[in-house]
Amino acid sequence: MSAHPAPRTEAAPLYGLLLAGGRSTRMGRDKAALAYDGKPQLERAMALLQRHVARAFVSVRADQTADPLRARYPQIADTRADIGPVAGLLAAQERHPGVAWLVLACDLPLLDESTLAQLVRERAPQRTATAFRSSHDGLPEPLCAIYEPHSHGPLAASVARGRHCPRKFLLSSDVRLLDEPNPRALDNVNTATEYGALMNELRAQPGAADKRITVQYYALLREQAGRREEALATAARTPRELYAELSGRYHFTLAPEMLRVAINAEFRDWSTPLADGDAVVFIPPVAGG
Amino acid sequence: MSTFRFVRAPVEPERLRAQLADPGCGGYAAFEGWVRDHNEGAAVRRLEYEAFEVLAVREGERILAEALDRFGVTRAACVHRLGDLAVGELAVWVGVSAPHRDEAFAACRYIIDEVKHRLPIWKKEHYLSGDSGWVNCERCAAGAPAAAHAHPHRD
Repeated sequence: MSAHPAPRTEAAPLYGLLLAGGRSTRMGRDKAALAYDGKPQLERAMALLQRHVARAFVSVRADQTADPLRARYPQIADTRADIGPVAGLLAAQERHPGVAWLVLACDLPLLDESTLAQLVRERAPQRTATAFRSSHDGLPEPLCAIYEPHSHGPLAASVARGRHCPRKFLLSSDVRLLDEPNPRALDNVNTATEYGALMNELRAQPGAADKRITVQYYALLREQAGRREEALATAARTPRELYAELSGRYHFTLAPEMLRVAINAEFRDWSTPLADGDAVVFIPPVAGG
Repeated sequence: MSTFRFVRAPVEPERLRAQLADPGCGGYAAFEGWVRDHNEGAAVRRLEYEAFEVLAVREGERILAEALDRFGVTRAACVHRLGDLAVGELAVWVGVSAPHRDEAFAACRYIIDEVKHRLPIWKKEHYLSGDSGWVNCERCAAGAPAAAHAHPHRD
């Protein structure tokens, strides 16, 4: 017999599902292949998703499995046709019944690291799902949400009754609703006009491209981050923005005013532009001697 | 000549002192910082030092070069311990040799002050009560508004 008391019910493993089986009718071309920062959105979203889940899959229609962009990743093909995005989730739940699914639409180009990190951190495994409350209409956002294993029965039953709308499913379920840390993170891009407007906006922000940054943590920040070092992709343009992003993830207690910053092992200003490959250290109040 | 080093084993000041000997020097001043058994009312059992070593060594060498330059001293060196230290152990050593005592005292004082305030070195105190805390970090974070702590900490 174990010397330890029985642990509280463990949360089910978290897998990721990128929904790329839509027909992109309004866009007029494949939304998963639209480029942002020079990379197809499917590739960007999978990179983001893979950092937060144990395994990540692309959800596809049965006739899309050979598409070269989608074939680069593990796939789950729909088993039901013409019912919209719930087809992908149901197929995934049937393939791997014991896991929770972090479901993402493939038309969320502004989705950021801290938004996904918050969703995962504040996941409520005892509820049916964890989702964000839309910053536009206050309703649950079904396509950037975590569905627990026990959501499958009610969801399948609802679809069997002809109810295919995932938002209505969440509205009638026990859902933990979170406020979005970044109010634009879940803005979706459905039409060529929306895509054009967003591209213009992104071009106006030279630092918007993802950068690979290494961060080393020391002392109190090391303990609060639970790690000495990590490599991450970020849109942060300055150390100030990067610290804000990481504070969202790790709940650092030190205000930036108390810290100094080093980039590539030299002291730098908080507003120094970050470059791809930089190594950043946030320096808590020192106490040598 | 100047060197800044981190060490993880106990410091032997006699050996460090010998490295500063110079026929042109008539004065030698040293400072030793020791682990104290109390801080701000709490009984301290042991300390833990951690550093961002690459930057701290660079900045430490800069401080020593500044001291040679400003005070006209001949040699200066500084050694700082890292890792776990018990009460009474030597945590930091500064030594300076110069033609005369005035500049040796002044440079020694300058080096230890700058080392304490500029080098990315952190100290975690482990208290007799069983608690522990990062000096200058935890009380600030939990207490007064951040703006009140934007100044460098003097201790």
